[in-house]
Amino acid sequence: MRMGSTVLGALAFAALAAIAPLLPPWLISLATIAFANALVVLGLIILWRTGLVPFGQALFYAIGAYAVALIGRYTPIRDVFFVVFVGAVAAGIVAYLIGFLLARYREIFFAMLSLAMSMILYGILVKTETLGSTDGFHVEAGSFLGWRPQGGTRNLAIFWLVLAYCAIAAWLVAYYFRSVAGSLTHPIRDNEIRVEFLGVSVDRLIHLKLVVSGVLAGIGGALAALAVQHVDPAMSYWTTSGGFVFVTILAGAGSVAAAFVGSLLFELVRSIAVTLVPGEWQMILGTALLLTILFLPEGLGSLVSRLRQRWRRGTAP
Amino acid sequence: MNANTSPILAVRDLEKTFGSVVAARDISVSVPAQQTVGIIGANGAGKTTFVNMITGHLAPSKGSILFEGRDITGLPSRAITRLGISRSFQVAQVFPTMTVIENMRIASAIARGRDSMLGLMSTPLDTPETAREADAALELFQIARYRDARAATLPQGVRKLLDIAMAVAGAPRLLLLDEPTSGISIEEKFGLMEVVMSALKTRRITVLFVEHDMDIVGRFADRVLAFYDGTVIADETPEAVLANPQVQTLISGTRAHGAGAAHA
Repeated sequence: MRMGSTVLGALAFAALAAIAPLLPPWLISLATIAFANALVVLGLIILWRTGLVPFGQALFYAIGAYAVALIGRYTPIRDVFFVVFVGAVAAGIVAYLIGFLLARYREIFFAMLSLAMSMILYGILVKTETLGSTDGFHVEAGSFLGWRPQGGTRNLAIFWLVLAYCAIAAWLVAYYFRSVAGSLTHPIRDNEIRVEFLGVSVDRLIHLKLVVSGVLAGIGGALAALAVQHVDPAMSYWTTSGGFVFVTILAGAGSVAAAFVGSLLFELVRSIAVTLVPGEWQMILGTALLLTILFLPEGLGSLVSRLRQRWRRGTAP
Repeated sequence: MNANTSPILAVRDLEKTFGSVVAARDISVSVPAQQTVGIIGANGAGKTTFVNMITGHLAPSKGSILFEGRDITGLPSRAITRLGISRSFQVAQVFPTMTVIENMRIASAIARGRDSMLGLMSTPLDTPETAREADAALELFQIARYRDARAATLPQGVRKLLDIAMAVAGAPRLLLLDEPTSGISIEEKFGLMEVVMSALKTRRITVLFVEHDMDIVGRFADRVLAFYDGTVIADETPEAVLANPQVQTLISGTRAHGAGAAHA
């Protein structure tokens, strides 16, 4: 069955990549951002499972994005693989550094401290005139190992790039969830003392989870910057972080696939809501969240497992 | 046979102070491999402080602890666990929202990958070996029939056994049991200790156990350390300790407090 979900996931990504040229451009743009953000959500799920909810994950998202933007501004390097790599590393380093502080806190303290960190970055970005202050600045178009697509082709190429990163990340995170480290979720929530006395440092493990989630958010931000070709301080603002938490609740922490489906659904609902009721679109999103919490407390992912259970009960004699 | 080889645990001049309060002082003990040592003493006599210092839960203020000839004084508990010292707790420390077998599998799986974060990330939780090991451990500690029960719903005795089984999963050479029979009814105490001690003998583990009940100590310990006021006042065979008049006067409170009513 595990082999099955890996194959199924690979097929889903391949199918999306294959039909992409047939999709309308607005949907491609929307899906590009949705999947880039899904990487952040994937990182959130890693922390969520251990009982940690970071309200400031946009910190790493913005660092990934600004790293890409700064390379474009101050160097002649345009290669997308290189700039995304730098974005990931930059976010990873910041996660590693603040992890020394953050990994010692749990629950609301962890959440608020994470929020505080992201707002510090927001404050710095807003005050920095050379980086365009609240307006942000333009991100140079990327090249793909020397290839420089333009217009619609460029959008498609970015979408494929995002899909490739998502496929690799999904596979790695699924592998991680099956590992001992990935399984130390309920145990940490239940009883840290027992985990320590089994020979594992809980703080170090949380530090590790934080770095992994930071790198994922960094990649997401870097890809989003390449897609939108613009960065601004709002990427690190708390509402951006809130959006990621929103999608995580919508998707549920149960599966890797849910992060992608949830993120896509969120962007779709948001864009439809904005079109329908430009002034009150937040109300529609809020209602969606409320309904999710009431009727699908474990997120969209739990729909699949519910169906699977029903199917099993149906077929088993 | 092993009497002349170096001790598995050698404690010298151990002391622990909390501000002006002396919780432990002048403790020097040497334990040969595969001995079973009972630790007795009234509440506040320093028994748990002693256990906590050996397992790294507390750093000693003075003195040294050698495990298999290696200085482990002041190391963090997880490092001491990895070196081969494990412990159980007075209040069983298990994962209450998980089932018994899930608890056991986590313990077995951690033992395989705990030496590094990379090891923990690359070791899968579900392997045939960990599954087999976990089931074998439940058999050894005779709790296999609770396999799929949530740990929160377990009877006290079963939870204690699970706690000890998890402590043993990493194949320790030295195990410290802090009051393994506390909270267990008198009728069940002997049965529980029978199971634990025979399992630990099978695994050739050296045991230090804190116990209030003199009957249990007399039945299972090769040697007894009697604690009073933070230090060891007697270190003899169970028979000698029970006959020791100083122990009788100073720790008699323990006997009334514990379940050793038969001796009172």
